[in-house]
Amino acid sequence: MTGQNGTPLLSVQGAKTYYGKIIALKGVDVDVYKGEIVTLIGANGAGKSTLMMTICGNPRAREGKILFEGRDITEMPTHEIARLRIAQSPEGRRIFPRMTVLENLQMGAALDKLAHFDEDVERMFTLFPRLKERVAQRGGTLSGGEQQMLAIARALMARPKLLMLDEPSLGLAPLIVKQIFDVIGELNRTEGLTVFLVEQNAYHALKLAHRGYVLVNGLVTMSGTGKELLQKPEIRAAYLEGGAH
Amino acid sequence: MADSPVIKHGSDISAAVKDSLLSGLIALGLFGPLVGLRTEQNMRNELVVQGRWGLLASVIGIIIVGRFLLLTLVWPAMAARKERAGPVSETPSAARQAVSRWFAPASVVFLFLYPAIVVSLLGFQGSLKWVDNFGIQILIYVMLGWGLNIVVGLAGLLDLGYVAFYAVGAYSYALLSSHFGLSFWLLLPMAGIFAALWGVMLGFPVLRLRGDYLAIVTLAFGEIIRLVLINWREVTNGSAGISSIPKITLFGIKFDASPDGFARIMDLPISSAYYKIFLYYLILLLALLTAFVTIRLRRLPVGRAWEALREDEIACRSLGINTTNTKLTAFALGAMFAGFAGSFFAARQGFVSPESFTFMESAIIVAIVVLGGMGSMVGVALAAVAMIGGTELLRELAFLKTIFGSNFNPDQFRMLIFGLAMVGIMIWKPRGFVSSREPTIFLAEKKSISGSLVKEGHG
Repeated sequence: MTGQNGTPLLSVQGAKTYYGKIIALKGVDVDVYKGEIVTLIGANGAGKSTLMMTICGNPRAREGKILFEGRDITEMPTHEIARLRIAQSPEGRRIFPRMTVLENLQMGAALDKLAHFDEDVERMFTLFPRLKERVAQRGGTLSGGEQQMLAIARALMARPKLLMLDEPSLGLAPLIVKQIFDVIGELNRTEGLTVFLVEQNAYHALKLAHRGYVLVNGLVTMSGTGKELLQKPEIRAAYLEGGAH
Repeated sequence: MADSPVIKHGSDISAAVKDSLLSGLIALGLFGPLVGLRTEQNMRNELVVQGRWGLLASVIGIIIVGRFLLLTLVWPAMAARKERAGPVSETPSAARQAVSRWFAPASVVFLFLYPAIVVSLLGFQGSLKWVDNFGIQILIYVMLGWGLNIVVGLAGLLDLGYVAFYAVGAYSYALLSSHFGLSFWLLLPMAGIFAALWGVMLGFPVLRLRGDYLAIVTLAFGEIIRLVLINWREVTNGSAGISSIPKITLFGIKFDASPDGFARIMDLPISSAYYKIFLYYLILLLALLTAFVTIRLRRLPVGRAWEALREDEIACRSLGINTTNTKLTAFALGAMFAGFAGSFFAARQGFVSPESFTFMESAIIVAIVVLGGMGSMVGVALAAVAMIGGTELLRELAFLKTIFGSNFNPDQFRMLIFGLAMVGIMIWKPRGFVSSREPTIFLAEKKSISGSLVKEGHG
């Protein structure tokens, strides 16, 4: 099902990103094919979020190229990258705290001028029934897990070709993490949604993903299928010590 | 002292008396030198100390009595009320909901009837002050508040130089009407467009700034405009300003004593009140236009983008919103309404000078928006009434001179009262008068109308 032939949907080629003089990504290559779930795991400060933000053009890669559907998007403004239907649930969720749940979803659908808004909202409520209970509540009053669901739902409202999630499990109870990962897996199976998942929770992420990359200090040190990576002793030692949680 | 326990029972009078006397003693220590002694220069340039014992005694008396009343009546009553009040219910009561629902339409109706009420109570001559000083003056600030509300309240861009656009509007009308004799009705939209262009010009360089940095740059912009107005004498006549700016006409009818003036045509006794009432309705309509446009825009993509921008700029961009355009439209639209208000201001005063466009004006408008509750139309209007109406009311307090002597000028206390009121409001209502935000979209619960109503099965 994961056709790795042909051009990848997203291709990061030798991306180098700096914060001022400090180098955060030292030439990263990542490919995401259509219909895949690809995960990027790594420790704190490895550059996971930086890579995700670099794909969105903020900060920009100083060297290297980022291609989406074969098109160079390295220098594109962030909002135009988003308009290519690369939806993002950014680190820290970044929902709109004073707007209601429904208004947050509405902002996610801004690209299509709400053409299929009602239909998509219904779909989000089937995926995340908790959001329906909270529909008129302000985003800032939701619990952490609900905010994460809202951030993902808001990203999905754009009917993305590529969904990028930055640490959706951060600070959430294991049960909620499982719920969220189940939804992502289901969307991938039923609708062929392509997902690029940045995670610290290596066990869950690798179990869910078709393929994975390991990022260490701004460089990809390992890659392979999720199963392969889960078996590797280095990964077990570095990221899974303490058992599966 | 301040943290002395609240006296629970009114019977504990002796402790209250002691406490109040102690307060009086402290007040004596504080106010004795401050109020009781006054130095004045005599003929030979010597400083002479004069005692103001009467005033000192009355100040201390007020403090003792006030403290006593607080201890025996006010605090026990408040404590009792707190005990009585059970847990506050989540949903507002029906009465409250009705108030919040009908307040805005009722106020609009009242504003339309206001001149008629005043005239019927006080006659045409007596109505002048209430229509002009209160009505028009307040409505100008309501309009400015609503205009700035787009920039500060909705888009969250703190603009401390808003008065610059007001000035652009005022000078556009003043210059173009006195040099080229163009009519107000032509210049009103032009002034708006000029101001909007200046809004975009300010917007471009500050696109990357937020918060404090944005505030400083806009403040500087406001000052630049004022200094240009002062120094570009050939065009603006410097600080002397531009006078005898033409008045506004109604379909070519002038409001003066000429044979084809309004009073003669309508066969009414000559009075300046007609012009004022006409101006009142004009600014009322302009203010309502501002409100109408804002309310409509909030439901459109650009308005939603403003509010999202206020909440989180990075999230906006990742959702495909062009933040550059969003900010520029907010600046341009806010400036446009200031331009309208400015041209109205120039026509009403008949005189403009840079004096009218100082930083203080910007600060007052920002204060109106913040006090009202960022983003709330009703709140901003209430704040404008309180701030500007309050200032005008101070002028009405001349009778206090009989108590405090002829040197007393209540106007001087304006800033003091402002400051106190603002501190008080920020303590009790930190998010402004109206802090709740009205959502722009609701979930349509009843999508399918019951078949019994439409006599058709629902699909």
